[in-house]
Amino acid sequence: MTLTAQSLALIDREIAKYPADQKQSAVMAALRIAQVEKGWLATETIEFVADYLGMPAIAAYEAATFYNMYELEPTGRHKITVCTNLPCQLQGADTVADHLKEKLGIGFGETTPDGRFTLREGECFGSCGSGPLCLHNNHKMHTHLTPETIDTLLDELK
Amino acid sequence: MSATYTGPKVCLWTLDHPDPASLETYVANGGYEALKKILAEKTPAEQIIEQVKLSALRGRGGAGFPTGLKWSFMPRNFEGDKYVVCNSDEGEPGTFKDRDIIEFNPHQLIEGMVIAGYTLGAKVGYNYIHGEIFELYESWEKALEEARAAGYLGTNILGSGWDFDLHAHQGYGAYICGEETALLESIEGKKGQPRFKPPFPASYGLYGKPTTINNTETLASIPWIMRHGGQAFLDLGKPNNGGTKLFSISGHVNKPGNYEIPLGTPFADLLEMAGGVRNGHKLKAVIPGGSSAPVLPAEIMMELTMDFDAIAKAGSMLGSGAVIVMDETTCMVKALERLSYFYYEESCGQCTPCREGTGWMYRVVHRIEHGQGRPEDLDLLLSVGKNIAGRTICALGDAAVGPVQSFIKHFRQEFEYHIEHKKCLVGS
Repeated sequence: MTLTAQSLALIDREIAKYPADQKQSAVMAALRIAQVEKGWLATETIEFVADYLGMPAIAAYEAATFYNMYELEPTGRHKITVCTNLPCQLQGADTVADHLKEKLGIGFGETTPDGRFTLREGECFGSCGSGPLCLHNNHKMHTHLTPETIDTLLDELK
Repeated sequence: MSATYTGPKVCLWTLDHPDPASLETYVANGGYEALKKILAEKTPAEQIIEQVKLSALRGRGGAGFPTGLKWSFMPRNFEGDKYVVCNSDEGEPGTFKDRDIIEFNPHQLIEGMVIAGYTLGAKVGYNYIHGEIFELYESWEKALEEARAAGYLGTNILGSGWDFDLHAHQGYGAYICGEETALLESIEGKKGQPRFKPPFPASYGLYGKPTTINNTETLASIPWIMRHGGQAFLDLGKPNNGGTKLFSISGHVNKPGNYEIPLGTPFADLLEMAGGVRNGHKLKAVIPGGSSAPVLPAEIMMELTMDFDAIAKAGSMLGSGAVIVMDETTCMVKALERLSYFYYEESCGQCTPCREGTGWMYRVVHRIEHGQGRPEDLDLLLSVGKNIAGRTICALGDAAVGPVQSFIKHFRQEFEYHIEHKKCLVGS
């Protein structure tokens, strides 16, 4: 098990931000980079990251399980995380979430049988003014969602 | 008559320019001048702290602690590394102002952090950016590159012989990391569980070194204060509440968004700027300072000014300036159910009263919302709340209790109706 040279270069860039004896500080970024490459974090991936940073595997595993944007099981190719917190709820997030569930035929925490989509409920993204919101694969935010814009988005994600 | 504010803005003035985030826009409008002056004149740190104290700048992340006083806690004669940390882990439901500073005025935050580093004797600073706004983590790193290339950051800044560098650190989905010691743990690559205090970060912070942690909007205000003087900043607001402030308005308004206005502006004016309540509905309730702030009924809110002291006097808090507006169609039980779920989900699990209590409160509110409430449930909720508040390492426990207590206090009959009739009073 290893990561691509490109991923390792990105991790090295993160490590350089911290004091030489504090490589563990890069664990959150390193796990994120590993997840982008692999799609999710298998135990062996987490162990590889821990080795690379010279930290105990259990400490990397603690980080991977504590922060909720890491995936510890395989997900669909496209993970859609919808914020349903109060400000978004007041602005129509429940309608958006119901539409997604109906359209994909799955509930929160589930993956479509063809492995294309995983749906998740998220907590506040800190962008409530543009709600309802969703994140695509953690990093791309879509704002001002309506059932119509959801349909367009889903069509684009093959 | 429509309410507007046309006076000086501290943080989001760049939005009045075509290319708000660019270094060119920032520099063409006085950006980095404060830093240049400080480095050229070798302004003593004490003088900078005096100006910040005079400005009455209070922490914009939620606690409202005087920034100048916080800065004065850093040990002056400590030999060794010290750190400046910016808290952009903006995840308090209703709050979305720091993201706009990073997106639309990144260089003012950089300049503020560099001045903070100079004042506090740090060589390195970190900006902890909420994981869910990853695109801004990347854009801020680009702004750092621009600042380095232009000589405002890195080694020998502006030829002064002084070095200071900044880095972005990403969160990845944990509200608790907005708590400053949890944030430090997280930068150290650990679970974000708050530390017991004391010792405070000024003596034992990042990697055990003296550290000052300030909110994004706080740090972004520093260049303005140093350019125009502490008195000018104070004069923008009201005594003990200096400056303009970003208010994030969300919920049932026609124009949700950020509004930068002087502290002390009437809430009624702010509501009008946000286009008023949607669909001509009647205002029911407002959470004036982020989800952790106690809710206030419309009639109290409409009489209030938006500043730390006025809102505290009314029994809530200005917090981060996140104003969640709810109109007459809002079911207060359902609203509280969602907030209670949030705190249950985000409790770090370290302290038993919070770990167990937040789940207990959520389950009870959930059963009331779903027609299975029991007559004794409201007393039970308040009793659980009493056994959480003040009994935990950090403020998340208290934050979870605030909504429960205030929703029941101001809207008790709605909860009782739910319990008795197994359905909603407002039918939303």
